[in-house]
Amino acid sequence: MEPLIQVQELVKVYRLGEVEVHALRGVSLSIERGEFVAIMGPSGSGKSTFMNILGLLDQPTRGQYLLEGMNGEHLSRDELAEIRNQKIGFVFQGFNLLARTSALENIELPLMYARTSTLKRKEMTQQALSAVGLEGRGHHHPSQLSGGEQQRVAIARALVNQPSILLADEPTGNLDSKTSIEIMGIFQRLNGEMKITIIMITHEPDIASFAKRNILFKDGKVIEDR
Amino acid sequence: MTRLFASLRIALRALMVNKMRSALTMLGIIIGVSAVIAMIAIGSGAKQRIAEQIASMGSNLLMVMSGSSTSGGFRGGAGTVPTLTVDDAKAIQTEIPAVKFVSPSITGVAQVVYGNQNWSTVINGTSPEMLEIRGWSLSSGRSFTQQENDGAAKVCILGRTVVENLFGGIDPIGQIVRIKKIPFVVVGVLFPKGQTTWGQDQDDIIFVPLTAAQKRLFGMAFPGMVRSIAVQAWGPEKVKEAEGQITELLRQRHHIQPSQENDFSVRNLTEVMSSAEQSADVMSLLLGAIASISLIVGGIGIMNIMLVSVTERTREIGIRIAVGAKGRDILLQFLIESLVLSLMGGILGIGIGMVGTLILSSFTKWPTLFSIESILLAFLFSGSVGVFFGFYPARKASLLNPIEALRYE
Repeated sequence: MEPLIQVQELVKVYRLGEVEVHALRGVSLSIERGEFVAIMGPSGSGKSTFMNILGLLDQPTRGQYLLEGMNGEHLSRDELAEIRNQKIGFVFQGFNLLARTSALENIELPLMYARTSTLKRKEMTQQALSAVGLEGRGHHHPSQLSGGEQQRVAIARALVNQPSILLADEPTGNLDSKTSIEIMGIFQRLNGEMKITIIMITHEPDIASFAKRNILFKDGKVIEDR
Repeated sequence: MTRLFASLRIALRALMVNKMRSALTMLGIIIGVSAVIAMIAIGSGAKQRIAEQIASMGSNLLMVMSGSSTSGGFRGGAGTVPTLTVDDAKAIQTEIPAVKFVSPSITGVAQVVYGNQNWSTVINGTSPEMLEIRGWSLSSGRSFTQQENDGAAKVCILGRTVVENLFGGIDPIGQIVRIKKIPFVVVGVLFPKGQTTWGQDQDDIIFVPLTAAQKRLFGMAFPGMVRSIAVQAWGPEKVKEAEGQITELLRQRHHIQPSQENDFSVRNLTEVMSSAEQSADVMSLLLGAIASISLIVGGIGIMNIMLVSVTERTREIGIRIAVGAKGRDILLQFLIESLVLSLMGGILGIGIGMVGTLILSSFTKWPTLFSIESILLAFLFSGSVGVFFGFYPARKASLLNPIEALRYE
C-alpha cells in the first residue's frame, strides 16, 4: 500500500514584483496513514507553504505531490475543491469560523458542499460535535464560545466529512497553555482512537512533543526528521 | 430544493447583518420599479382614453368629403364646392357590399335662439343613420323618422352643450328653438360624448333632417348636393376595402378621367385615430424607458454594495472555498443575495408604484391603467437587474484565491 502522502523534490517559487522568493527548495518526504506529525521551523522556513500544498490550496512550482497515490497537478479549481472536501480537514490558528452562524451550522458547512442529505448531515454533525466534547453547545454562536471551544468547533468541522488527513496550522497559537493541552488531548485521541492522520504546524516545542514525529524546516528545506 | 432554501437563508442572514445598507440598496430598486409601474400605468391610461375616443367617434368610419373649389388658381379647402350628391350616397349604400350604413350630411354654423337665450353652434343636416354611424345615443326623446327626414320636417336633436346653454334646467323635449329664425321642434337630446383628443366639444351640435337643412337653412345652389357622406363599414377589416371601392365608384359616377384628380376625398378616421394611439404607445415606451434608467441606476447600487460585501467577507469566502465550496457554490450564494435584494425591492416597488399612481391620478384626474403584464414585466426586470449587476461581484468572489482570502484581515 502506497504512503498517504508522498512528496518529491517539492519546489515553490513566489514572485513578489521583481524578487523571486524561494519558499521551498526541494522537499522530499512521505507520511503514512495514522501518523501524528508536527512540523516546526522559524517563520519564513516554508512550513506554511508546504502545508498549503499538502492541503491542495496551492500548487508546487516543481516536484511531485501524491495524495493517496494521486497527482493533483492537472486538476481544476473545482476538482481540487472536491478533493479538499472529501479528504482534507483544516484547522487554523484563528479558528476561521463563520460569525453569526451557530456551531452546528459551522460544522455542517463541508457537508453542505458535499451535497449530503439533510438527515445524514444532522447525524454526522452531531457525531463530530460529540467527538470534540461539545454536546449541547451546538446552537451557540462563535462569539458566545471561549477560544478553546471555538477551536473545538473548528476541529469538529474538519472532522465531519471523515477526511483522511487533518491539517492544523498552529492550532494552539491563539490559546493559553491549559487550553492548548486540552486541544492536544483531543488530537491525540482522534489519532489514537479514530486513526486519523494529523499534520500540525507549531513553533512551540512542548506542543510538538504531543506528536509522534517531528519535522524541522529551515530555509525551505527539511533539516531534521525524527 | 433544500439547498435552495439553505442558500436563501444564508442570503437573508447576510442581508440582515447590514439592515440599513440593504434597505438603502433596495431603495434604488424600489424607486426604479415604482417609476416603471407608474409610468406604464399613466401611458396605458392615456392609450385607453384614446381608444375610448375612437369608439366615441364611431367605429369603422369613413368620411367622404366634397372636393375643393378652384377659381383663378386659388384652391379652397375640402368641401368648398359640393360635388357629392344624395344620389352618390345612395349608390354607395346599394352598390358596395362592405358598407353597412351611409349618411350624407351638410353642415353649417348658425345662431340658435330659445326664449331670451341664444347660442351659435354647428347645424348638421343628416339622415337618422348618422347617429348609428357616429355612435351617438339619445339620453331622452327620439331620433327623426324616415318620414320627417324625407319631408324636410322642422325637427331637431340637440347636443348636451346646446341644451345647457339654451335651456338651463328646463326639459327641452317638445320645446321650439329658432335656427336662423326658423322654428324647429326639439324631439331628442343626445347623450354627451365629451371632447375629442384635440379638444373639440363634440356635444356642441344640433342634428336636423338633411332635407330641412338643404331647403330651409342652407339654401343650396344645386339641390341634392351634400358636403360630406359618412360611411360605416361592416367591420374593421372592411374599412380599407370600402375606401377603395367608394373611390372607384365615385370616380365612375363623376366621370373622372384616369389622368384627372378626384373631386372628392375619402378620409379614414380610424386610421387618424390609430396614429394617435401609436403616439400614445411611443409616449408610454418613452416614459417606461426613462423610468428604466432609474432601475438601472438602482442596479448599479446593488453592484456597488455587493462588491463591498465581497471584499468584507473575503475571509468567509476563503473558509468556504477551503472546506470544499466550488466556484459555482460561491457564485450562486452571492447571486442569490443580489437577487433577493432586487426582487424584494421589486415587490415593494410594485406596491409603492401602484399606491403612488393611484394618489397621483386622484389629484390630477389622469387616467391610469394597471395591467398584470406591466407588473410581471417590472418584477422580471428587477430580477434581471439583480442577476445582471450581481454577476460581476459574485464571479469575483468565486475566483478568489483561498490562501490570500484566508489571510485577509
